[in-house]
Amino acid sequence: MTSLTDKPALNLSRIAIHAVLLLAVLLYLVPLVVMLLTSFKTPEDIGSGNLLSWPTAFTAIGWSKAWATVSGYFVNSILITVPAVLISTAIGALNGYVLSMWRFRGSQLFFGLLLFGCFLPFQTVLLPASFTLGKLGLASTTSGLVLVHVVYGLAFTTLFFRNYYVSIPEALVKAARLDGAGFFTIFGRIILPMSTPIIMVCLIWQFTQIWNDFLFGVVFSSGDSQPITVALNNLVNTSTGAKEYNVDMAAAMIAGLPTLLVYVVAGKYFVRGLTAGAVKG
Amino acid sequence: MTTATARLRASPLDALQRWLPKLVLAPSMFIVLVGFYGYILWTFVLSFTTSTFLPTYKWAGLAQYARLFDNDRWWVASKNLLLFGGLFIGITLAIGVFLAVLLDQRIRREGFIRTIYLYPMALSMIVTGTAWKWLLNPGMGLDKLLRDWGWEGFRLDWLIDPDRVVYCLVIAAVWQASGFIMAMFLAGLRGVDQSIIRAAQLDGASLPRIYWTVVLPSLRPVFFSSLMILSHIAIKSFDLVAAMTAGGPGYSSDLPAMFMYSFTFSRGQMGMGSASAILMLGAILAILVPYLYSELRGKRHD
Amino acid sequence: MATLELRNVHKTYGVGLPDTLKDIQLAIKDGEFLILVGPSGCGKSTLMNCIAGLESISGGAILIDDEDVSGMSPKDRDIAMVFQSYALYPTMNVRDNIAFGLKIRKMPQAAIDQEVARVAKLLQIEHLLERKPGQLSGGQQQRVAMGRALARRPKIYLFDEPLSNLDAKLRVEMRTEIKLMHQRLKTTTVYVTHDQIEAMTLGDKVAVMKDGIIQQFGTPQQIYNDPANLFVASFIGSPPMNFIPVRLTKQDGRVLALLDSGQARCELPLGVAADELEGREIILGVRPEQIALGAEQGNGLPGIRAEVQVTEPTGPDLLVFVTLNQTKVCCRLAPDVACRVGDSLNLQFDPARVLLFDAGSGERLDLAATAVKDNVTRFKGR
Repeated sequence: MTSLTDKPALNLSRIAIHAVLLLAVLLYLVPLVVMLLTSFKTPEDIGSGNLLSWPTAFTAIGWSKAWATVSGYFVNSILITVPAVLISTAIGALNGYVLSMWRFRGSQLFFGLLLFGCFLPFQTVLLPASFTLGKLGLASTTSGLVLVHVVYGLAFTTLFFRNYYVSIPEALVKAARLDGAGFFTIFGRIILPMSTPIIMVCLIWQFTQIWNDFLFGVVFSSGDSQPITVALNNLVNTSTGAKEYNVDMAAAMIAGLPTLLVYVVAGKYFVRGLTAGAVKG
Repeated sequence: MTTATARLRASPLDALQRWLPKLVLAPSMFIVLVGFYGYILWTFVLSFTTSTFLPTYKWAGLAQYARLFDNDRWWVASKNLLLFGGLFIGITLAIGVFLAVLLDQRIRREGFIRTIYLYPMALSMIVTGTAWKWLLNPGMGLDKLLRDWGWEGFRLDWLIDPDRVVYCLVIAAVWQASGFIMAMFLAGLRGVDQSIIRAAQLDGASLPRIYWTVVLPSLRPVFFSSLMILSHIAIKSFDLVAAMTAGGPGYSSDLPAMFMYSFTFSRGQMGMGSASAILMLGAILAILVPYLYSELRGKRHD
Repeated sequence: MATLELRNVHKTYGVGLPDTLKDIQLAIKDGEFLILVGPSGCGKSTLMNCIAGLESISGGAILIDDEDVSGMSPKDRDIAMVFQSYALYPTMNVRDNIAFGLKIRKMPQAAIDQEVARVAKLLQIEHLLERKPGQLSGGQQQRVAMGRALARRPKIYLFDEPLSNLDAKLRVEMRTEIKLMHQRLKTTTVYVTHDQIEAMTLGDKVAVMKDGIIQQFGTPQQIYNDPANLFVASFIGSPPMNFIPVRLTKQDGRVLALLDSGQARCELPLGVAADELEGREIILGVRPEQIALGAEQGNGLPGIRAEVQVTEPTGPDLLVFVTLNQTKVCCRLAPDVACRVGDSLNLQFDPARVLLFDAGSGERLDLAATAVKDNVTRFKGR
């Protein structure tokens, strides 16, 4: 549906359409611009000016203060996100491979049960999960969060790979079996090399989900093991002392930059993941 | 007879090969059965106990649910969810569809514009909440900006107004999710058969009319998927409330997810918290089951 | 090089589900070319997968060189297969596609190179070896898929509708090429198709399948000339055999089939009398080329005048459609026959070549057999 008329005439309605779209662009950009401007202002500047007033002097003091406060938690988020993304993607790939190419009696039922996990409100598993983490000695550790993210990320990662692999002709696996290849050989030599796009989608989806998570972070971690989202929330919502909005905004930017960066660099896969995750089953 | 000989012939390595798929899937099956369904059941059980700070398994019957329904804060949270959910879903869908249709008119720099609409979706709700909390700050945020720009009588203090604070959540949530809905509908529009539109054009229909009567109705599946996702986001919304209002002023902007968290983990009302979690699950199921039913029925039709 | 035998092969996907394969029974000799043909869903592809070991059988036995392979995994059966979708590994180039099976089997690299070179030469794909499957045309992919199968020098080749993704012209070319290849290599081959022309042209033996049952197993000529039932008769042959419902009467101890074209009637004598046929619902099977244009002076064959309704010149033939017994009947005439719509033609049938089927069961009624039986009873009666 790219074209309705073969040559878009530059008439009034097209100008109106462009104007509306441009206005929307500005509106969507406002919060980001405000965050950036505020983060580079001095507290006095913030008090005297308004949201969109140009800083009288650009200062990185907000950023350095924010970094000093949240850098440890930023590292925590990396320590949580990287292993959780890799592990859940790897398991999802293997699951998807079995569920599409090596179906057995009951595997479809299992897939159905797993699919529900995409919709599961995590509130219903928070308590038992925290008891379990306690029993495993993983309460309030980054490893515990890795485990939780892997477990509750499985539904989506499996879904991604399964839906990608069902579109690969089964004959490919049959041919490889006749060629004498086994389960893992077929996966490693034939299926995995074909999976680059879906691996990208899955990695990016999981990265955004886990980096942006707040619920698991706030429930399963405390103090030194908290991820950046929890630290940001604590920073912004402390009521002690004078509010330093430049620090708040810089910290919010720090928390948002990794996912924004991923979005800018690999937006294609990000959108594909969103819509693939949306059109479930 | 043949199967017997078959078994005799299978070497141990072949047998392993035959079991490998099941072995590979087994850990995930265990995780799903225990971590998903077992835990739901566990929470369900807890909701029938007197558990407070620690889980106890003293049977309380429906007492926790009764307490929940007697709790004013729960009702506020539930009503807020209806208000927040309704507005959020409605406005997001409207904006998303509108922008998608406009973007579908062979716009130059469409890729760039799309990128801008969608970037909020990459952000954490905590970041979104922080940003909008600042934007909506009474006295310093948009409130002041518009007055500075000459709108003398402008007041925007919804964030501290118990009657209007929910609208603040709606604004932030719409800003975050509408670009995503736009992307979904744009993808849907790109999949619409060109010849249908050409046929309608030959019938003499105007462009807006073609969209309204021919194109958009054919995007019903996209519409339902979007509805699903948005309701899901609404019911699970927790981080946005935590970052923007923490449920305040008072508990006027509470949502069930926030209620569940604070009663379970801060106030030591494990039993009641579990009961509220189960009700949230019920709400999701109430939306999910008809959706899946219609999906499956639709597929059978094909 | 191998023989293949299927003994009472049975396949079902679960208790209560209909059988996918029922009591499949056939054997081919070393070097023979077997065709499995039938409409989609007849079980031919399942049977092929069972032979390959990609699916297990529920009962019976599959023997290759008189060895029961029923329980063996695909890789141990020494079988190679060419798939309808070609199933080339998309991330590997042509060379690696052909060499994959050899590498898995741990053949030394030098031998692999030699084998790839041999196959590439045989199939004239030497110039394509470094390309990826995505860069090849359909016909080239087809060759590579065959190359991959040839490289392993297996006991048996399986072809699963290998030509159905090609355009018409290429299909005919590749068909000939497959036949040439088989004549040269003489490897036992099983070939699944739904195309009756491929079945007729390629096979030494043809098994016509429907509903998981082999309807008939024989040489192409047997299948064509001597079909076992209505289904086989209708499936093989293009344009298909005409089926004319007829009523039978008896006269002077002979059975006559009544034909009515609207403008004329004719009584077609059907060899010797058979009492049990009398008064039954019978379907007359006549191939379009077995209907001849009657000579004006008559040659003793029974004929009937019928009005031409449609003519379809195909080039080598002229197809003429008339109506007999309210049924559309196709006649294949010489292209130079001058006839126009509305003309009346004198059509002749050779009673010795028409086939009779039971309208209820679809089974072929063997005239000769009933005749012999008739004779016997008559003899006894004397």
